[in-house]
Amino acid sequence: MSNPLVDIQKLDKKYKLASGMFNSQERIVHAVNDINLQIRKGETLGLVGESGCGKSTLARLITRLEKPTSGVINVKGENINTYNKESLKAYRRNVQLIFQDPYSSLNPRKSAAVIIREPLTIHGIGDRNTRRQAVLDLMEKVGLSAEQANRYPHEFSGGQRQRIGIARALILRPELIIADEPVSALDVSIQAQILNLLKDLKDEFGLTYLFVSHDLNVIRHMSDRIAVMYLGQIVELAETKDIYDSPFHPYTQMLLSAVPSYDPQKRKGKATIKGEARIEGVQGCIFQNRCIYKLPVCLEKQPSLKRMNDERFCACHLAGSIKVKE
Amino acid sequence: MCPKIIMPPLLEIKELTTVFDTNRGRIKAVDGVSLSLQQGETLGIVGESGCGKTMLALSIMRLIPPNGSIINGTVSFQGQDLLKLSSEEMRSKRGSDVAMIFQEPMTSLNPVIRIGEQIAEAIRLHQKLPAKDALAMSIEQLREVGIPEPERRARDYPHQLSGGMRQRVMIAMAMSCHPQLLLADEPTTALDVTIQAQILDLISELKIKNNMTVILITHDLGIIAQTADNVAVMYAGRIVEKSAVDDIFTRPLHPYTKGLIDSLPSGGDDIGRKYLKTIAGSVPGLYNLAAGCRFRERCSLAYDKCAKFEPDLKEIEPGHFAACWKVQ
Repeated sequence: MSNPLVDIQKLDKKYKLASGMFNSQERIVHAVNDINLQIRKGETLGLVGESGCGKSTLARLITRLEKPTSGVINVKGENINTYNKESLKAYRRNVQLIFQDPYSSLNPRKSAAVIIREPLTIHGIGDRNTRRQAVLDLMEKVGLSAEQANRYPHEFSGGQRQRIGIARALILRPELIIADEPVSALDVSIQAQILNLLKDLKDEFGLTYLFVSHDLNVIRHMSDRIAVMYLGQIVELAETKDIYDSPFHPYTQMLLSAVPSYDPQKRKGKATIKGEARIEGVQGCIFQNRCIYKLPVCLEKQPSLKRMNDERFCACHLAGSIKVKE
Repeated sequence: MCPKIIMPPLLEIKELTTVFDTNRGRIKAVDGVSLSLQQGETLGIVGESGCGKTMLALSIMRLIPPNGSIINGTVSFQGQDLLKLSSEEMRSKRGSDVAMIFQEPMTSLNPVIRIGEQIAEAIRLHQKLPAKDALAMSIEQLREVGIPEPERRARDYPHQLSGGMRQRVMIAMAMSCHPQLLLADEPTTALDVTIQAQILDLISELKIKNNMTVILITHDLGIIAQTADNVAVMYAGRIVEKSAVDDIFTRPLHPYTKGLIDSLPSGGDDIGRKYLKTIAGSVPGLYNLAAGCRFRERCSLAYDKCAKFEPDLKEIEPGHFAACWKVQ
């Protein structure tokens, strides 16, 4: 196995919720809890989980928009948390974000060409003419025409805006793209266009993706490997096929069973899913309040992410011994 | 097969047209929609954003925003045209006969009133009851929708509840006067998939228990496949296809419906398939809609007739309607 592009070790991020006038108790939110994760060069790693599970925080830590409470993120062998301003700027050339909402992530007062060109300006790359050419080339690659260069975001549809966001992320020729719910705000018929585009661009530019999504069908289509997050922890990590064919963790099983099937012939009975994600003041496994396989040990000890075989990891005391209920 | 006993429909919509006057001109958000629902049926209405599915529901409730108006059609509920009622009469229909739940429960609940009181208020609008009894009823209602410790929860404010619990409160409120028809507009879109499954279960349960009729509006074909009996597909203000749920998924007739189903990353047979099928282009704006079929610019089957005449919804197979010149 080659060296990973990103190597995350024991990553922790805690947020303090400020105590206010009416709330004297100080609360700590453990958004990312002891995460170990590698992203390999050239792969698409899917990160899936429900809202509030910490997947966006993890994305922000990798782009160094946030600093971790503890732990290490090595990218190409360098710890990004020791970077000074200058090396951070160079790092960010190499790691770019695509955002969920193409309405709020584009400046409404700048034209498409200016938005896409801005990273080049910030990093002082090229002169006027080469920048212009680079913008036009990339617009064509993401499926926008040259006549649209001087239009403003409100003149574009949601799908086209997302194309602008993608072009902006690619103009610096980064190695790693973090796509945070890139199609969640789009209609179904547009979603497929953007997913196809992301696949094409990955091949053409040799990109590595961290693909964050809550949509299990989308993430299955896009990813080589998938990490399932629950309340700040990675509970399962495996190749896509394994996750969907034989999920090990009860949470993964529950998630998959909750996805409505597109086949009306396969109506699911009553959902087996109980309860909601909750973490406060719990000893032992974070999933215990919703787990149907719970054992006494689960109330005492938090299971760690164990290697099951070469490519499979699972954080459950019962990993490997529970079968999916049909 | 024995012939079905034909019952008068609970709700029958004919040629409903709702327009909005904006500073860019007049748009038809709902354009000549006809539908009928039998008692106990779940009708799924599916379409992309801006197709008019929410405006259709709001037109049935007569709750469209002030710059809109219903210029044509009838909405007859148990034989009575809701559009002809005075606003007073309509108000008493809402809640007791026809109720609606919305996508984002937080914006539909009053943030400064305890949830028990909010439900009690809804009950007292329709039944003359002492406040105390209404509150007791609202606690019962909270228990019905699966809220744990309803006595204690009734004293909570909306912000103290999770998204899923808030949607349960909205459902409790909608159910508090035992409506015959429930309109659910994207009731689970703001929720996580595990909570979504719970809420959809709850709606089906309450539906069976109270012999309720449901219109479920969503953009998610998976939810349609799992919960609806019949489906109407909307595109740019019109219904383009309508049938029983099985037929839509196994034999979609309209090219738009086909395109939608094909573009889903459904997991099963598209594993290893690199590309998803797509529908070219995007939904047309409703301003200055050109003549002819609204889907023709994205349609691979379009020919000259499609540019000239708008196809009407026609029965192609028994119970299966489509509005397309190519499938006549």
